[in-house]
Amino acid sequence: MKLAAAAFSLVALATTTASAGRERVVIGSKAFPESWVLGEALTLLASSTGADTEHRVNLGGTEIVAQALRAGSIDAYPEYTGTLREVVLHAPKATRDELRSALAHDGLGITDSLGFDDSYALAVAPGVAERESLRTISDLARVASRAGLRGAFSQEFLGRADGWPGLRALYGIDLSDVRGVEHHLAFEALAAGRADVVDAYTTDPEIDRLSLRVLDDDRAFFPRYEAVVVYRLDLPARAPAAFAAMLRLVGRVDRRTMARGNAAVTTEGGSTRAAAAGLLRDALGAGVPDVDAVGPSMARVVSAALLRHLELVASSLAACVLVGVPLGILAARRRRLAALVLGAAGVLQTIPSLALLALLIPALGIGVVPAGVALFLYGLLPIVQGTCLGLSTIPAPLAESAEALGLPHAARLLRVELPLASPAILGGIRTSAVIAVGTATMAALVGAGGLGDPILQGIALRSTPLILAGAIPSALLALAAQGAFALLERAIVPLGLRLRTHVE
Amino acid sequence: MIAVEAVEKTYDGRHVLGPLSLDVPTGARVAIVGPSGCGKSTLLRVILGLVRPDAGRVVVAGEPLRDENKLAVRRRIGYVVQDGGLFPHLTAERNVTLVARHLGWEEGRLRKRLDDLSAMTGMDRDALARWPVQLSGGQRQRVGVMRALFLDPDVILMDEPLGALDPITRRRLQGELRGLFRALGKTVLLVTHDVAEAAFLAETAVVMRGGRIVQQGAVEAMASAPADEFVRELLVPGSP
Repeated sequence: MKLAAAAFSLVALATTTASAGRERVVIGSKAFPESWVLGEALTLLASSTGADTEHRVNLGGTEIVAQALRAGSIDAYPEYTGTLREVVLHAPKATRDELRSALAHDGLGITDSLGFDDSYALAVAPGVAERESLRTISDLARVASRAGLRGAFSQEFLGRADGWPGLRALYGIDLSDVRGVEHHLAFEALAAGRADVVDAYTTDPEIDRLSLRVLDDDRAFFPRYEAVVVYRLDLPARAPAAFAAMLRLVGRVDRRTMARGNAAVTTEGGSTRAAAAGLLRDALGAGVPDVDAVGPSMARVVSAALLRHLELVASSLAACVLVGVPLGILAARRRRLAALVLGAAGVLQTIPSLALLALLIPALGIGVVPAGVALFLYGLLPIVQGTCLGLSTIPAPLAESAEALGLPHAARLLRVELPLASPAILGGIRTSAVIAVGTATMAALVGAGGLGDPILQGIALRSTPLILAGAIPSALLALAAQGAFALLERAIVPLGLRLRTHVE
Repeated sequence: MIAVEAVEKTYDGRHVLGPLSLDVPTGARVAIVGPSGCGKSTLLRVILGLVRPDAGRVVVAGEPLRDENKLAVRRRIGYVVQDGGLFPHLTAERNVTLVARHLGWEEGRLRKRLDDLSAMTGMDRDALARWPVQLSGGQRQRVGVMRALFLDPDVILMDEPLGALDPITRRRLQGELRGLFRALGKTVLLVTHDVAEAAFLAETAVVMRGGRIVQQGAVEAMASAPADEFVRELLVPGSP
């Protein structure tokens, strides 16, 4: 495992260029457009001071980004106070000071609010808001039943305790009709006049597009999700100029500015970089360098992702074979070791990939290293199992014949036992390869790229073409792996083991 | 040539062999007969060093069998098992030449030896290119014999060599083997449950029961003066 980690480190080193003497800042962002835009804006600000910057975009869940920050793989990333309270403190009611000191304990700091909240909110159609003079959620509660207002809420909002059930109980809202619909469709229903109230994120671009009125949460039911930047406390000393430039964003991004930034990526389909440049222009005025507004073409995105996917699968599979086959040989020789090795590999298999990646980050950081090691660990079991099974099911008379001929151990293994076990070993490697092709889509969660990248982005942007651009090549790759192994079997497994004709 | 000296073997508290002593002089052809489970196959495994005895020792060609000389001793013994014991992943030719190739014999020497052995065993030279599953039972057995003889061993051990063959092929091969043994003058130790085969292929027989030797000598001599009821039942045709 150490070897594998070292091998992947080399790959990682080759893909990053280190330049000595300059300030270096690595910004991270989570897997949704608002995080990408804010992360890119911070990156642009830092690099405007001449610092060497990198934006590790589209990292998986909060656990991944937070671990990457603690491990020093990234220096800062945009986050929300509500999320920090939930994930870091596990105390939704914690004060700002409590949050700050808890983070300081981990060597992390937070800025003041960037200027907007990204909280749950209720939004109503402009006509209804006008007619019923709705400004607050209390207003809504007062008129809802009399005016026969209808709600269209996302399933998640309907299910969460800090969503509709709690809100309804606190305010006593009595809607005439409540339906669970897909978030995006709720806005369409509202625009078409088939619903009056929807749940929304406060920075949702749809709010401005449809001129919805966001109702004031006058009894402070929704937790506050103020946008902030979380950073490593050593960053200000290490990159003072870049850090100061990043701080310029604090207090300057209002809800409308953020919503426009989101719209630039989601509804207008622009590049993250162009959206970030637009956001900086809105928030800080002039003084931001012009950037290329067009992102790379879909074909380039997919081919780069495919190439990285292949690299990840090939390198992890090679490591799996180099380690798995010898382990399988050992396991076949020693029963007790077999139980131990197969047990351990089996336990590894049951760890969810997100959890395994989060566990690997403190030691290995983010990028291709933890992704490759995770793939290696997942791919090991089938190969160890196949090798051990293939060797231990060699008929006893054959094993004894090889020994009685006077062949030494190594020759017996190479000339007799491994060839006899080759169908089972190859079967194990094939299973491992197919698992790797599928699991490698998870590599995108830790910023290792691969075909998971377009899938994650597609999910975040609700773009089916983008999801398919990752999913279809990945499925084809799995099929190709199956086919390749069928050919490999013809080349490797001796003909005598594949013939089934007995001449009598 | 082979001296088995006071050998004993116990598996899971069950006494399967010995104490047993046996001397097979150079050039002798000895058959071991007895019912299944009498320890005759275990005795062959002990001689090959495949099974380590709990007590006693085995001496082959004057050399006591130890871990250090095990491989060398095995190469002086040709071992033939039921159905040839061929490796399915190697062609017949590769099965026969496996150990010689491992020892680095050159191609010309391999070819010469193959030709000699094909002629000796009556094996069709072309059939040697086939895979074991493509051969008939008799051919597999011939290939097994060729493999055992390839390094020109001093001793041939056979464990029910003809057990998997139909009666006609079996009778033919018995005749061929007898001719081969006589021509080569090798020391032969043969395990069989077939008394007629033992009498046909070997000069003397050893009767085993419960891991011990009950009686040994020429089959006819033992049949006319069986040591006990068991030997009489085993050796005398038509006895109750």
